[in-house]
Amino acid sequence: MNRALDDIFKKFPDAKRDSLIPILQEVQESQGYLSRDAVVEIGRYLSLPTSKIYGVATFYNQFRFQPLGHYHIQVCRGTACHVKGSLGVLDAVRRILKIEPGQTSRDGLFSLEVVACIGACGLAPVININGEFFARLTPDKIVAIIDTFRKEAKKNEN
Amino acid sequence: MATIEVNGQTIEAKPGEMLLATLRRAGIHVPTLCYLEDLFPSGACRMCVVEVEGERALVPSCAYPVRDGLKVKTHSKRAVMARKTIIELLLSNHPDDCLYCERNRNCELQKLAEELGVRRRLYVGEKNNYKVDASSPSIVRDPAKCILCGKCVRVCEEIQGVSAIDFTKRGSHAVIDTAFTQGLNVSSCINCGQCIMVCPTGALREHSHIKEVIEALEDPSKTVVVQHAPAVSVSIGEEFGIRPGTDIDGLLAATLRRLGFSRVFETSFSADLTIMEEASELAHRIQTGGTLPMLTSCSPGWIKFVEEFYPDFIPNLSSCKSPQQMMGAIIKSYYAETQGIDPSGIVSVAIMPCTAKKFEATRAEFTQGGRSDIDIVLTTRELAQLIRMRGIDMKSLKPEGADTPFGERSSAGKIFGASGGVMEAAIRTAHYLLTGRELEELKVQAVRGMQGVKETRVRIGDLEIGVAAVSGLINARRLLDEIRAGRRDIQFIEVMTCPGGCIAGGGQPLNQDPDVLRARAKALYEIDRVDTLRTSHTNPSITRIYDEFLGKPLGEKSHHLLHTHYARREVML
Repeated sequence: MNRALDDIFKKFPDAKRDSLIPILQEVQESQGYLSRDAVVEIGRYLSLPTSKIYGVATFYNQFRFQPLGHYHIQVCRGTACHVKGSLGVLDAVRRILKIEPGQTSRDGLFSLEVVACIGACGLAPVININGEFFARLTPDKIVAIIDTFRKEAKKNEN
Repeated sequence: MATIEVNGQTIEAKPGEMLLATLRRAGIHVPTLCYLEDLFPSGACRMCVVEVEGERALVPSCAYPVRDGLKVKTHSKRAVMARKTIIELLLSNHPDDCLYCERNRNCELQKLAEELGVRRRLYVGEKNNYKVDASSPSIVRDPAKCILCGKCVRVCEEIQGVSAIDFTKRGSHAVIDTAFTQGLNVSSCINCGQCIMVCPTGALREHSHIKEVIEALEDPSKTVVVQHAPAVSVSIGEEFGIRPGTDIDGLLAATLRRLGFSRVFETSFSADLTIMEEASELAHRIQTGGTLPMLTSCSPGWIKFVEEFYPDFIPNLSSCKSPQQMMGAIIKSYYAETQGIDPSGIVSVAIMPCTAKKFEATRAEFTQGGRSDIDIVLTTRELAQLIRMRGIDMKSLKPEGADTPFGERSSAGKIFGASGGVMEAAIRTAHYLLTGRELEELKVQAVRGMQGVKETRVRIGDLEIGVAAVSGLINARRLLDEIRAGRRDIQFIEVMTCPGGCIAGGGQPLNQDPDVLRARAKALYEIDRVDTLRTSHTNPSITRIYDEFLGKPLGEKSHHLLHTHYARREVML
């Protein structure tokens, strides 16, 4: 993993603190999240305390601190989806998986992210799981969808 | 000189300084919640807004440079309303538990609400449900009471160079936290408590151990002994309306006895012991080509700082335990032995101007047979609280002396409480140890005073050594970086974690007025000026403990009881 970080740092020679956000983005892009080790390494490279990096990273919604789940659920909370009841959809996901946005379920199967408009307003309220769109959702439909993925995971396991 | 008009009055100002500084000098009180003297203004709280003619909006006076001809209204209806609204908004999500709050009657938020006449709850906001972080043995963080002024973050970063905490998240979810919300005890926090000193509310406070002391005092099977640090007797009076800079050593001893402590010892005695060992160690290192510069090891925040940030300097740290821990070690060995008390029946309490001392007392290095040398540490503030709880009127008592055998101190052990004091005391004794003669002038003026960095060269016989006394760890950081980069002209460095030394420690009465801090230091140096016993090596009690028990400095018994070693500490930096 350190090799991967080194490769990223090489793209930012003589980097100062103003390179922090681009570096965080690259690290998340390559590793899926910002691990503690990665934050410590970035801190060493930029001579920044980890508390400061954590502060910057938590300011933005885009950064996460837990690895992505096998199924990454993006819930759209754009205007159209909101009007069509996306809050209920989000609450259903939170309730069923017992995780908050930015978190990953303990079994590592699901992770949750809230996104602003994903450009599929005609399908509102909409979610995206690993690139696949699910349209005109209700909390009940969420139960069924998550159940399907759980079964799929179980099948793949066997 | 510039001339400005404030509320119709003409006032002299220094061009370029911030308007708030001008106003304060002129005795015009404009409230602030985020202002920190000597640091770059953050303009975060907006409490100091004033009306400036020609400016459309109100301006924050802390960040508004003065220029000639400025016309200012500090208490116009508009400015006062703005301030009042800020307080009302801050209160909208503040826990309403003033009666139960540690900072009741000593809270800047409460005081401003009162001053601005807030008598109605105009805004009711959603309360947050942040958990209290009580993980640290020294400091408790209660983010629910935090108003996000950011002073703790700035002190931690800009004064101490630690940055254990920072703002996290955003908007109404913003909260000050450690990296990855790990809790203070596993963070890089050095427990100095300077964040407590600047916190305007009860969001930061010491981890209280008053209850443990009361329980020990009420337990007849325990012998409860107490030591108090040099900086305590010149500051605790302030908690009882005594003028800053008054030494109430005798009243303090009397009070501690009224509280029920069976023996009252002075940490200044073990400071003398520290000097005997530390000066011997310095002499030894100089004579045998040991690791130099030698760094003092009395300040537990500084020790943790080295373990975390500068582990390559661990060999430079003096192996001497701090005075608190030396006293702890000899109380449960020598004292227990001579008094015929089982050490397990002793509860050893320390009154310290310091929150990091609470952490130090819990360190595994400072145990004998699995028992901590120091059982409980109270800050100066906690002791004041305990005195109030017990209804003791300090001022009506007659001064009393400390107890033998650890009550007799030299004034060299007393000046430990001010930055430069350890250095000065050590120079006095090192000179004697290396040359066999006393210094002609015991006072080492160059290492006295509140400056963060004091350097000088000292002649000891044929030898000239470079010495430095630094306080505030950002200054230590700079000096260590210079040494890493090759600086070789300093042989001995005293480091105190808190700016100005223990008199400004994180456990002291909550007053950071520079005049008050100076008065406390002056009181210590006044004690030294008039004292007849001014060097550690001439303290008869010190001579006795070496004769009867310890043998000689750096001897086997000293090595076992009074010295220790430190190791690299892995935390998220």
